[in-house]
Amino acid sequence: MSEPVKVAIIGSGPAGLSAASRAAQLGLSHILLEKTDHLSDTIFKYQKGKRVLATPERLDLRSDCRFAEGAREYILGNWDEDAANNKVQVAYHAEVAEVTGEKGAFAIRTAKGDIFHAENIVLAIGTQGNPNRMRCEGADLPHIIYQVDDPEDFKDKHITVVGSGDAGIENALGVAEEALENTVTILNRSKDFARAKAKNVADMTEAGENGFMSIRTETQPKLVEAGWLTLETPTGEEKIECDVIVARLGSVAPRGFVESMGIEFTGPDREAFPKLSPTFETTVPGLYVIGALAGYPLIKHCMNQGYDVVEFINGNQALTPADEKDLAAIFAGLPQQKSVSEWLDYLRTRIRIFADVSPLQMREFMLDSKVAFYGKGDVVFEKGEPGSSLFAIADGHAVVEVGPDVTVPIEQGSIFGEVGLISGRKRGATIRAGEDAIFVEVSRTAALKLMAAVPGAKRVINRISLERQLLQIFKGGLTVEDLQPIVEDPAIERFPAGKVVLAEGDAGDDVYVIRSGSMVVEKDIGGKPIFLRYLPAGSFFGEMAVLSGAPRNATVKAAVASEVIRLKGEQFKDMLAKRPQVRAATEAAVAERAAMNDFIESRKASYSSAVDLYSDTATFIMKEGLGEATDALLIDENLCVGCDNCEKACADSHEGLSRLDREAGKTFAHLHVPTSCRHCEHPHCMADCPPNVIHRGPDGEVFMEPGCIGCGNCMRNCPYGVIRMEAAPPEKPSLLRWLLTGFGPGPGEPSPKWTKKQLGDEKPKKIAVKCDMCKGISGGPACVRACPTGAAIRVSPEEFLSIARLEEDAG
Amino acid sequence: MASLFKRGRTKATQTERVRERKHEGFLRYAGFRWAKISGGLCLLIIVSYAMVDVTPRHNGGSWYGYTLGTIGAALILWLTALGYRKRKMTSTAWSLKAWTSAHVYLGLSLIVIGTWHTGFQLGWNVHTLAWALMLLVILSGLYGVIVYATLPAALSNNRDEMTQMQMLEAIRAFDRQLHSAAQPLTPADTAPVLAALDEDPFAGGIVARLGGRYPNCATAAALRTLAASLSSDAAAREKVVGLLKQKVAALARLRAHLRLRALLEIWLYVHVPLTFALIAALSAHIISVFFYW
Repeated sequence: MSEPVKVAIIGSGPAGLSAASRAAQLGLSHILLEKTDHLSDTIFKYQKGKRVLATPERLDLRSDCRFAEGAREYILGNWDEDAANNKVQVAYHAEVAEVTGEKGAFAIRTAKGDIFHAENIVLAIGTQGNPNRMRCEGADLPHIIYQVDDPEDFKDKHITVVGSGDAGIENALGVAEEALENTVTILNRSKDFARAKAKNVADMTEAGENGFMSIRTETQPKLVEAGWLTLETPTGEEKIECDVIVARLGSVAPRGFVESMGIEFTGPDREAFPKLSPTFETTVPGLYVIGALAGYPLIKHCMNQGYDVVEFINGNQALTPADEKDLAAIFAGLPQQKSVSEWLDYLRTRIRIFADVSPLQMREFMLDSKVAFYGKGDVVFEKGEPGSSLFAIADGHAVVEVGPDVTVPIEQGSIFGEVGLISGRKRGATIRAGEDAIFVEVSRTAALKLMAAVPGAKRVINRISLERQLLQIFKGGLTVEDLQPIVEDPAIERFPAGKVVLAEGDAGDDVYVIRSGSMVVEKDIGGKPIFLRYLPAGSFFGEMAVLSGAPRNATVKAAVASEVIRLKGEQFKDMLAKRPQVRAATEAAVAERAAMNDFIESRKASYSSAVDLYSDTATFIMKEGLGEATDALLIDENLCVGCDNCEKACADSHEGLSRLDREAGKTFAHLHVPTSCRHCEHPHCMADCPPNVIHRGPDGEVFMEPGCIGCGNCMRNCPYGVIRMEAAPPEKPSLLRWLLTGFGPGPGEPSPKWTKKQLGDEKPKKIAVKCDMCKGISGGPACVRACPTGAAIRVSPEEFLSIARLEEDAG
Repeated sequence: MASLFKRGRTKATQTERVRERKHEGFLRYAGFRWAKISGGLCLLIIVSYAMVDVTPRHNGGSWYGYTLGTIGAALILWLTALGYRKRKMTSTAWSLKAWTSAHVYLGLSLIVIGTWHTGFQLGWNVHTLAWALMLLVILSGLYGVIVYATLPAALSNNRDEMTQMQMLEAIRAFDRQLHSAAQPLTPADTAPVLAALDEDPFAGGIVARLGGRYPNCATAAALRTLAASLSSDAAAREKVVGLLKQKVAALARLRAHLRLRALLEIWLYVHVPLTFALIAALSAHIISVFFYW
């Protein structure tokens, strides 16, 4: 039992510590509850010497604790000092088990049974959750670790991994790397590895067969001692040597705990965050959430919020957030003069997609957005330009050039540019300002976050984008009214890669529009499916059957996971009847496609092998996931002499690291798909980048701007394994010096040995490294320029699988 | 296409850069542009040689000879610069394929330029040495062109999607399995297996590497011995024999890979040093010519 405090802060990470320091500085009675015996456990558990980055750079730090980029020890040392200097009241070993009561009289019960009373509570527990601990005797010994930051920290050790999930297997494979010379054992309580991905199990089994690790099933730890581990096996107890235990037994996500206090979340999905007011207050009065749990994974954000939340609790209404000046800068260029909060309100009330957005979320979205004034007739973007940002009209209106001399206005409050957002393709039409206007440009990531967090915004965007996509695909011959019945109740269907949408010979007259992804069209010729063409997002198919009334004359299947809109044959016929322009356009498309089909069929008779090769190559390309590529590196192994000059050029054009592995990857008919970035339509790497530094550039390249924090999410999310986590090697001696004196490692990526020698004990931070298509290099991609024989080419799938190519190959 | 999205990159955006996406090898580059230029040059020289009347006769010292000599010497220096160009990753638009194409065809034209420069006066002197070295360089380059045109497909077929590291890794994996599988064997059967384990896949020297024949292969020897052996437990021996067969196949693939790579590279060890010898002889040739002017 203790005296009630004004504010109790749960979690002593950057956010909690900053909050407690502020409370101490303000002289508020407070208590900081930390479940371990040290501050900031997440950062404490980083590997020794790990560099912690201070992004985003433009944001000012507002906290009573210091924070600047530096090694883990330096940062933790500073914080310990700051906590002491600020006279922060910390209760260690205080794992919170339950929170009861209401504003003014909360009671916090810890796992040990202590009770703390507080008027307000700040939750700053992060998102890591609590790893499940080992339960056998000796489970509190220090050589048991719950994560492996860098497998290379372990050399020549006996390591036992406990846990049979993906995390455990991945760690075991990491430390079992041959060069590290560790003796690795993995324990599994049951007989099989049912919880892990098949690929991981296969890799592990292979490593086991090759003697890199020993896999012990139906075995669990019984007693942990320094240097030794006693196992309980089906045949009795066994004692093995063990220097390190890696326990990967899963963890309990914090969401359940947070919800048990009555706090509501924005939605049921994994990405949802607690609902918060502008002062970080949750749906429970007196309960505040800040930091990673509130959706801000970066340390600087967390620390600023800690400061702010305590100021708010202390009754400071006038405090403007630390990002105020950044927001002010965003609005600075506009003709009207308003304060930041006036601008935010102005946008929220005038733009439909922002209607349901909370003021706090609005600030966040605006930081990732731009607002600009456009004079009448100014071009916002041109047709064919790459770009995936979303525009919203705050004032005035925009006009779309949908066809020659045909324009369509878009009214104030609406949006445009959403096609790029959904399909990731280039801009489909030129847009100008219809009068003097103010447009908000929201980055793709911010827009996706908006759609995830605010269901109302998602509905509006989806409806508008569907309407526009259809308008655009049917060449402006349609009006919004024509589409009304379709848009009201759209039949949107999803197809996984390889799934057949329509089969040759089927009856049916529905027409499909590819909303995202891509399709391949095949026809059975002589008992063999022959590849006819590749359909990118924005194409439609199935129209031949509507016009001719005949069964489907080819099979269409998804090349990658795709979304299509299904239009009823009747609906489509009505549209054709009403709009002769659309009918003409459709008939032209049908004629073109029929001609192509005939061409391939005729070729099949005379150049059967060429058509087969073309078809098989297309199938191979699709199987390799190039259906979602926009620009991929291919190598013709009829020409490749294996000189690796492409890799060397890549390394020398960047910071000394190659972004491609020429030799790795699949090959078909001497066409090799090396391990290198394909610049996907919907880049998987972009999906979860905490500092949001992965973007699509003006040439369609997916690149990373500086600011990577080295979390490795993108590397794990990339299905093609093209992202490396690596530190840039030191500068090499010049090429001439190497040529003349042999000094230095020569062209290309220096060997790890050389790098190590140059660096000594220094351990630079590893960050994600990926192909940026040689962005900013006027000569274009270095891999292709540096190929001496012309084996390396960069193409998009539709360029590569064009009919022109078949004709070329057929001679 | 039935799409309104004009996806072809026909209209370049402002930032669109030079992109090489035409699929053609260095020999066919730009419709045999450099073959045509080089062929034209040779034809011009042969025809003009016959038409120009130099007194007393054609030789390297006439105005015509000097012209050809200057062109040839400049060309040799420029051709040598390929070695620098290939390694210097400047950011401007250039294509190493175009350079290689020009290198090959202009290099071949040196046969005509150099030989016609001599006026067919050859002898045992430093001048002819330079000419002979030039022909040797061209000859080694010709070999390079032939292997570049013929071997890559074989290299690709042989490696069958495996990388060199994976081939080595496969052999090491068989070694580890052999090590444990050979435990129950008798000492007489174990010895050849141990020898096979100690075998360095890279050993054998340049002749074996280029020829692809390894008569002293310890793995093959172990396979022969164990297949014929009657001692040891039959099941255990069978397992070892199976593993040895797999290792022999893995070694064969690696050796074929190394052989092809060696054949693709070996000529450079002749071509490049001879080029420097040529430049030395060429310098001596030029200096002596001016010395005795």
